[in-house]
Amino acid sequence: MCLGIPGEIVEIMADREDFAMVSVAGVKRAVNIGLLTEDEIQLKAGDWILIHVGFALSRIDEAEAAHSIKMLEGMGQAYTDELIALAQSDLASDR
Amino acid sequence: MRFVDEFRDAEKARVLSARIAALCEPGRHYKFMEVCGGHTHTIYKHGLEDYLPETVSLVHGPGCPVCVIPMGRLDDAIAIAEQPDVIMTTFGDMMRVPGGRGSFYDANAAGADIRMVYSPLDSLKIARANPDKRVVFMAIGFETTAPSTAMTVLRAAAEKLDNFSIFCNHVTIIPAIKAILDSPDLRLDGFIGPGHVSTVIGCRPYEFIAREHGKPLVCAGFEPLDILQSVFMLMTQLAQRRCEVENQYARVVPWHGNPKALRVIGQTMALRPYFEWRGLGFIAQSALQVRDEYAAHDAERIFSVPGVRVADPKACQCGEVLKGVLKPWECKVFGTACTPETPIGTCMVSSEGACAAYYNFGRFTRDRVKEATRS
Amino acid sequence: MSTSDLGMPRQATWAEEAVREAEAESPHTRAEGLLAGSSIGREHKTREQQVLERIDRARARKPRVKEPRITLAHGAGGKATHNLIDAIFLEAFRNPELERMSDAAALTVGDTRLAFTTDSYVVSPLFFPGGDIGELAVNGTVNDLAVSGARPLVISAGFILEEGFPTDDLRRIVASMASAAAAAGVRIVTGDTKVVQRGKGDGCYINTAGIGVRERPVELDAANARPGDAILVSGPIGDHGITVMLARGELDIAADIVSDTAPLHEISAALLDAVPDTRLLRDATRGGVATILNEVAVVSRAAVVLDEAAVPVRPEVQGACELLGIDPLYVACEGRFVAVVPARDAEAALTALHRHPLGEGAAVVGRVVEDPPGLVLLKTTFGGTRIVDMLVGDPLPRIC
Repeated sequence: MCLGIPGEIVEIMADREDFAMVSVAGVKRAVNIGLLTEDEIQLKAGDWILIHVGFALSRIDEAEAAHSIKMLEGMGQAYTDELIALAQSDLASDR
Repeated sequence: MRFVDEFRDAEKARVLSARIAALCEPGRHYKFMEVCGGHTHTIYKHGLEDYLPETVSLVHGPGCPVCVIPMGRLDDAIAIAEQPDVIMTTFGDMMRVPGGRGSFYDANAAGADIRMVYSPLDSLKIARANPDKRVVFMAIGFETTAPSTAMTVLRAAAEKLDNFSIFCNHVTIIPAIKAILDSPDLRLDGFIGPGHVSTVIGCRPYEFIAREHGKPLVCAGFEPLDILQSVFMLMTQLAQRRCEVENQYARVVPWHGNPKALRVIGQTMALRPYFEWRGLGFIAQSALQVRDEYAAHDAERIFSVPGVRVADPKACQCGEVLKGVLKPWECKVFGTACTPETPIGTCMVSSEGACAAYYNFGRFTRDRVKEATRS
Repeated sequence: MSTSDLGMPRQATWAEEAVREAEAESPHTRAEGLLAGSSIGREHKTREQQVLERIDRARARKPRVKEPRITLAHGAGGKATHNLIDAIFLEAFRNPELERMSDAAALTVGDTRLAFTTDSYVVSPLFFPGGDIGELAVNGTVNDLAVSGARPLVISAGFILEEGFPTDDLRRIVASMASAAAAAGVRIVTGDTKVVQRGKGDGCYINTAGIGVRERPVELDAANARPGDAILVSGPIGDHGITVMLARGELDIAADIVSDTAPLHEISAALLDAVPDTRLLRDATRGGVATILNEVAVVSRAAVVLDEAAVPVRPEVQGACELLGIDPLYVACEGRFVAVVPARDAEAALTALHRHPLGEGAAVVGRVVEDPPGLVLLKTTFGGTRIVDMLVGDPLPRIC
């Protein structure tokens, strides 16, 4: 329903209240960060945010993202192991 | 692109696909609804259904804000745009949506000044640059977009930009999901929850779905792996006889949402007693209007709005499609009278509507597509 | 607030009419619907297949322009533009040359094989990173000739200027036309000037027409594409469209991208030298690569299979497209072409393209297959498949 794209904060704009310059694959736009100003941790350059219609809706939690990917990778590893086990058991039953 | 490319990885998709297949109980069919049109778009854009077993089907829900705007509201918007000295601004998605008397494109061709903006804030810029004009922003969207509109209204009020107002058509997601759940002809096994709405409202508002309706919900991200993983999580819950609200999209969605965003919505907007949804009819407390305190920025009070009601065309079966009772191609007018160029029903309008997505991206039996693309 | 919304709703007359028309045009629709549940009278056809066939029939219908007025969609290069051309222009002007609907008309005068083309330029802003309207106007016409297999010879230049337009801007535009013409080896041999009242034009519109000579014995035609053929693009796509969209400034987005506007006469000649059996060349302007491939699929009655991972797109273009919710496959280029060559020549074609500076980013992006005829399919990076349809409307930024 709502297009949201991750972007990296390049700088917090000193001359515009509540704005940060954000880069999406090198494409830059000033994004309003007014919806994230009450977060416990202050936004800074290098942080990633989710952009929707020119506003930052949410700060991207890099640890959570890494966790997701790791879980998917783990699943792949477990799956490969199972396949190997299966292949071996097939071989075993063939004998 | 970071946080995008890694969630479009084909290798991980193959693993998830095998995992999902392994969870299927023989003879059982699974039906999950993705509530959000953004998910529908992702599913078709990336060809995600190729990774799902035939016994798992995705039903496309009502969460496309462009699709659910009734034709009458669009006619009202055009009536505002046609008044003297008005510049109407809108998101690109709205330009082609047909009302009872044509679209914004048609209105422009007939002399109105309707401009496309990327952000509601861009409308403020237009208002500042055109002090002798009245600038009206056609505000649409679910809770994802409402905070941006709210911030814009607050900004306009702070700047005393008296020539700026909004035509508020914001809707809320929970009543729409309730309407789906109350539909007697629907059999669903669970929901893929709208991730970006949830950045604002959090995951707790969905808890009643698990508790009272016995359906699991997984709040999902918008990359194809996110959706595939959400299906896996739903299947896992079913296999383990669990029924919970889970958050697959924790990298973006905090469990409690964004309190500031909720506060600015509450500050500037109030629930309407009822609102008409295209295809679904009137739903109580399902939409927002501008609060009295900000009446100066409410187009509905500034302009005489005709309050048009346009009946959904009789042949159109969008209601059934939105509720997941019919597949897009099962509708009587799908692809003949109703096409993306000349959409009749709500679902064919936006590229996120179930019918448009199916028509544009999936309009072929899977076997033939698979055969053709085999390398 | 109005209370009339409790009254009797109006009818959307146009919608009811469209339904009636569609039913009148395919009277079997109803019967099919009834029969579809059971399989009576239909051998091995799923209901879905029947519906898809019904759509095919609807799509094969003669195009009509239903809108009472011209909208911007009619100029966006997608379906609306095609309908307008088919239903209004082709209908009135019909002749064998026009009916081929190629980038340039193929004519024979005496023993000389000519190519003739025209194009108008209304780009806004007039000056953008990487070029301006003047350079675009020369390159565009040169390219229409080049992708028709012709050597561009002469072009015309017609100007529609708005009262108040700065003369210095006109000088700049004309200077860049002169240098573009020199670079492309064409002479601007005739022209026209009109001035319209202030407010009646965007400063400067340019029309160019061009004549080229088809010295090679090649016949480039979309109908020539056949199953097995390889599809190439001559470089990264979408640079021009995104550059101009951003240069308008309305979106407030900045990126280091420049227009790809360039004359393609050399690189297309290089390709035709290396691969004389080239089936067709098309420059991927309005409507982008997707629109051209749809035309190829329809005209050749074959399917096109694209490999998303192989399509060259610069990261900044990809980023802007993600941000705006548009698909680079539909974004215009002004210095890129699509080539279809026999499979055995794919390597030779790629080598020839890579040798030219404009073809450094060239890639094989897909192939032609037999079934399903008339469709463009995409193998997505994610590993799924989908259809790539003709562009509907404008490629507008999407929030949702």
